[in-house]
Formats: sequence, C-alpha cells, structure tokens
Amino acid sequence: MPKLLESFAIPAAALLVSVILFGIFVMIAGTNPIEVMHSVYIGAFGSWFSWQNTLVRASPLMLTALCTAIPARIGLINIGGEGALVMGGLCAAIVGIQLNGLSPMFVIVSMVLTGILAGGLWVLAIGAFKYYRNVNETISSLLLNYIAIAVLNFLVVGPLHDPASMNKPSTYPIGKANMIGDIGNSSIHYGLIFGITTCVILWFAMRRTTYGFAVDMVGGNLRAAQLSGLAVGKLILVTCFLAGGAAGLAGMLEVAAVQGNANTSLNAGYGYAGILVAFIARHNPLAVIPVAILLGGIHASGGFLQRQFNLPDATTLVFQGIIFIVILASEAFYGRLRWFKPRVSTA
Amino acid sequence: MSNEKPNISRRNLLKGVAAAGAVGAMGGFGISSVLAAPKTVNMGFIYVGPRDDYGYNQSHFEGKSAVAKLDWVKAFDEENVPETIEVVKTMESMINLNGAQVLFPTSFGYFNPFILETAPKYPDVMFLHCGGLWKEGYPKNVGSYFGYIDEPVYLSGLVAGHMSKTGKLGFIAAIPIPQVLRNINNFTMAARSVNPKITTQVVFTGGWSNPVKEAEAANSMADQGIDVLTCHVDSPKVVIQTAEKRGIYSCGYHTNQSVLAPKGFLTGAEWNWGKVYKDYAEMIKTGKKIPNLIRGGLKEGIVKSSPYGKAVTAKAKTHADAVRKKFMKGEMIVYKGPIKDNTGKVVIPKGKSYAQTDIWLESMNWLVEGVIGTTKG
Repeated sequence: MPKLLESFAIPAAALLVSVILFGIFVMIAGTNPIEVMHSVYIGAFGSWFSWQNTLVRASPLMLTALCTAIPARIGLINIGGEGALVMGGLCAAIVGIQLNGLSPMFVIVSMVLTGILAGGLWVLAIGAFKYYRNVNETISSLLLNYIAIAVLNFLVVGPLHDPASMNKPSTYPIGKANMIGDIGNSSIHYGLIFGITTCVILWFAMRRTTYGFAVDMVGGNLRAAQLSGLAVGKLILVTCFLAGGAAGLAGMLEVAAVQGNANTSLNAGYGYAGILVAFIARHNPLAVIPVAILLGGIHASGGFLQRQFNLPDATTLVFQGIIFIVILASEAFYGRLRWFKPRVSTA
Repeated sequence: MSNEKPNISRRNLLKGVAAAGAVGAMGGFGISSVLAAPKTVNMGFIYVGPRDDYGYNQSHFEGKSAVAKLDWVKAFDEENVPETIEVVKTMESMINLNGAQVLFPTSFGYFNPFILETAPKYPDVMFLHCGGLWKEGYPKNVGSYFGYIDEPVYLSGLVAGHMSKTGKLGFIAAIPIPQVLRNINNFTMAARSVNPKITTQVVFTGGWSNPVKEAEAANSMADQGIDVLTCHVDSPKVVIQTAEKRGIYSCGYHTNQSVLAPKGFLTGAEWNWGKVYKDYAEMIKTGKKIPNLIRGGLKEGIVKSSPYGKAVTAKAKTHADAVRKKFMKGEMIVYKGPIKDNTGKVVIPKGKSYAQTDIWLESMNWLVEGVIGTTKG
C-alpha cells in the first residue's frame, strides 16, 4: 500500500514543483503567475468546451506514447512513433481509397487493421535491427522517422496525388462515409475511445500476463532472462510490433477521423510529443492516459495564453520541458523516502 | 442566414443600442462630445509557423499588428498551429473564449476540411481564409483573399536580370505546386526580358520549412557561379543570409528581408496584409457585406516590392519602375504567347495571352524556357 501511495505522491509533488518553477518563469517574462495558471486552467479544463479541446488533443498522444512506453519496458528507447504514425496513416488511407464504396464498417475495420499492421511492422524492423544486427534502436528509430516522412511526401506529390489537391498535395479522399465521426453530441472523435482502450489492453498485457512478466524480465536483466530460457528475440519483435501498432493506429485515426486523406499534415509532431508522455508516465500504459490528458490540456491552453497575455507559443514548450525534467529528476526519490517505506516492526 | 449582415452578432447590436442610449442620457448632463457608440471588432489570426519567421507568417503578423492599432479593433493571434484538428479547436476557442467575430486562419491547409466543416456551426462568425480557394456553393460565412504576388516577383526578376553578371540565377522552392511554379516562371521571364541568355536553376526542397536543405541548396548554387538567389519557402531567412555570406545578390519574398543582407539585397516581393485587414475591419464596422472573394495585385495594394537595396543600379531601377507603372495601370500581361516550356513544347501559342486573373494560370504545371529543373521535384 505505501508503494502505491508513493507512485502517486512523487509525481504529484513533482507537478507542484513544476508549476512553481513555471510560475517563476512567467513572472520573469513579466506576467502575473496566478493569472497565467488560472488561464491554463480555464483553457484546459475550465468548461465543457475546454475539456473537449483537451481530450481531442490527448487522444493521439495516448497512442504515440505507447510506442515509446512499451519498448521501454523491454529496455529499448524507441523514438520512432512519428514514423510509425505516418506509415500507419498512409497505408490505412491507401486501403480506404481502394475499398471506398464497400460497406463503411468493413472499410473502417480494414483501415484499423492496416494501420496497426503498417505501424507495427515499421517498429518491428527497428527491433529486428537491434536484435539481429545490434543497431542502436534510438538512432535507427529516429532515422526511420525521416524515411517515413520522405515516403509520405513522395507518394502524395507522386503516384498517389489527387490532382484536385493542387496547392496542398494529398491523396484521394477515403470518402465521407468511411470517416469515423464524433462521440455523441460532442466534438471529440472516436479516437479517444481507441486510445483509452488500447492503453487499458496493453496495461493488462504488460502487467497481468506471463508475456508482460517476461518483457519486464528482459528489460530488467537481459542475461538473467536468457539464462532462464526466455525467447528474447521473439519477445523483442512482438513488443516492438505492439508499440508500432499503437502509433500506426494513431495515424489511421488522423486519416479517418480528422484529415479524410493522407497528406503531409500527418507529420504534425504527435510522435515526438508521445515520447514526453511516455517518460512522464514512467512507461506505465495506464498512467499514459492521465498524462496525455494533462499534456493535451497544456496544449489546449497554450493558444489561450498567447491571446490573453501575448506570451509566445514556446511558453507551453517551456512548461512541458520543466515538467519533463522535474519528473525525471524525481525518479531519484523512489524507494528513498522513509514515509513510503513499509513499517518494520521493531519487536 | 436570413440576415443580410452576418458579421454583427445580436449581442453586439444590443450593446451598441444600449451604449447609444447611454450617450443620449449623458447628453442631459452636458457630455455630448461622444459622437457614435464605440463598437469593437474582434479579429482572430492563426498562423502555421512562428510570428517572427521573416516570412509568410510574419507577413500576416505584421498585418495583424497594423489592424490592431485601430482603437476599435481587438486583434489576437496564435502561432504554430498545425493543419490538423488543432486548428478547429483554436478557431472554436477564439470564438468561445475571446468572442471573435471574424477569423483569419492564414495557412493553406486550414481550408479543407477544417474551415469548411467548422463554419456552418458558427453562422455569426466570418471565416476569411488566405489563399483564394472560395467557390460558389461553399458556406456563406466563408470567404477568401489572396494577392497576385507573382507581379512583384516579376519586378524582382527584372532587377535580377540587370544585376547578374554570370547570367545564372537560382530559385530555391518548397514544392512544385502551381503558385510556386508561377513565381519561378515570372522571375525567369522577367530576367530573360533583360538578357535572353539568362537561366534560372531551380531546387525543390520538398517542404515549406526545411532550413538545412535550403542552406545546402544556396551554397551549392553559389558554388556553381549563380550570382542572384531568390526563393519561395515559408521563411526566406536562411537563403538570404547564405547569399549574403557568400557575397552574392538576393531577392526577398513574403516580407522585407533587407536587414538580413545589407550588402547584397536587391529587392523583393512582399504581402501588404495590413491594408487588407484594415479594409475588412472597416467593412465589419460599417456593416457592409463582405465579398466572398478578394484578390488583387500591385494595383489593388495587396502586394508590393521591398525598397531597392544599395547595390541596385539606376538602369535597373528605371526599368523596374516603368514596368511597375504598367502593372499599376493593369496593362502588363506576363503570359503572352508564344511561350515555350523548358522541354521545348509550346504551352501558349502565338497570339494567345492570359490576363493576370485568368483561372487557367492557376493550374500551372510547367516551367518556362530558361529554367533548369523539372516539376517532378
């Protein structure tokens, strides 16, 4: 029980410290920190409108965060979420365009599976390079991002180009009927449900199954895992596939819920923002949900801050950066604070 | 939308009436100098990149700053908004939290689907998009505005043609879309009207903001003996600075970049959004109906040239000023046959000409004779 308390209390304290540091920062920038924090609250969570704004921004972050969080459990630092998202979105769009006209349910399911498959295979390749050729996965995943973006750029101006999209090169549209709509009367698309569900499923897989236990073992001590006969190679490939599949799904949702086609806006930085979410969530798939909502909220309020106080857009990046560093620094306190130690009876 | 004036929300009308009443009442106490009820116009501006990029986004920010000086205008903006659902949320946030009556989402990719889908939900708000994409049948509260910036680009080309000693010009472009190709063609045709031997080397970087590739292209062009550089990317900063460093001339784009290259800057093509935004604000204030499509060039004051740099010779200035006069009178026709593309094919036969406003020019997919490069990127 104290351990559970610890995993809530330390991040909460870190957040509080971040807020104070950010307050000092905006004070130096010449604004009243209390007013700024109040505006952050209004812009992110102050009304139903702001909540919707926050949740819409949070949903792709949940999925791209998993792309970093899941491989981290097996000891890989993967930053290839952007590339997997782009490939997932691109391939899902191709399938959607080809199947356009068939039953929308069938088309959407096919697009979901294609997105997962494309993103999954993209990151699986990173895992394979690592396992078979010992290529550093951080470098290869970063470089593969550029390759994915280049492939997308090439295809939308070349073979897949819709001539009607003259000044903004895009593929043909997947068709209005095949778009995933909004949840009920809100302006939040179904991507949020996909995001939360995927986080919960992967949390279950990582924390409540023998597979997840094996992954943690490989991540904790590779040598011990090999000695105890775990199929390390297979575990790495499966884990990378799951991670990439999540980001690929995010790409598919961008196409099917937002853009309606594949174009260069797929590469909007969600993959990189996801890395931040994964680290703040300490690679726990369930913690990814609230952290993504928190960051979504900071993004949502960023615009309001610009308009209210004439602060530059980079202000929100500073806030994110402060949170990131303080959370990473707070890792040092786990297991060191006496309050959270189980009482040992002295009898 | 039965209301003829969609720009005045009922609430503001009531406010105005109430204020007028208050002024009337105050009249009794001797304060009668207040003429009309003040009415603020709330305008929201959205940029895809940073406000201070020395380029496209800065040109709009300068326009916003100009209109913000009017005391009856409240202008607010947001930078770095990507062309995703985030722009929808930004627009709605400006409407719901700041009471925007008119929005200027300035990036091309904001239009379809984001503006087209959001506008019908807010019939009292005007959505004015930069890019000239408006067509009959779109929502009534959507409009577009754009300028024929290829006119001042033509003037830059003339100056470049006069100033180049090697006869080799360089054009660093983002992607081969009609708008960009038209600028490249205008620049080249103008330069070749001075000296028919001039060529323009084109490099497409593949993206609107790709500083590393822009610098590489600029350096390799300088190595090849090219002595005037210009560009069409979101921020010309890198290209202009690299040209200056390499000791060659440059022509600007989007805004005035002369401070970046005090020695080699010749002139440049600029947007003049300040005028456009003030005109819109005026129309909203007086309750005039806003046209769905506003376009114009040098004559209408929507675009302009940057002041000539120190290096520009008197001969070049005289020539460019003479052609500018023709543009101002509406007599200048750039696309007059015979015109060949750079593969030797005749694209505009002899005797045929296309005026500036001709829609055919907006699907341009060829490069004019004298350009070295292909539209394949």
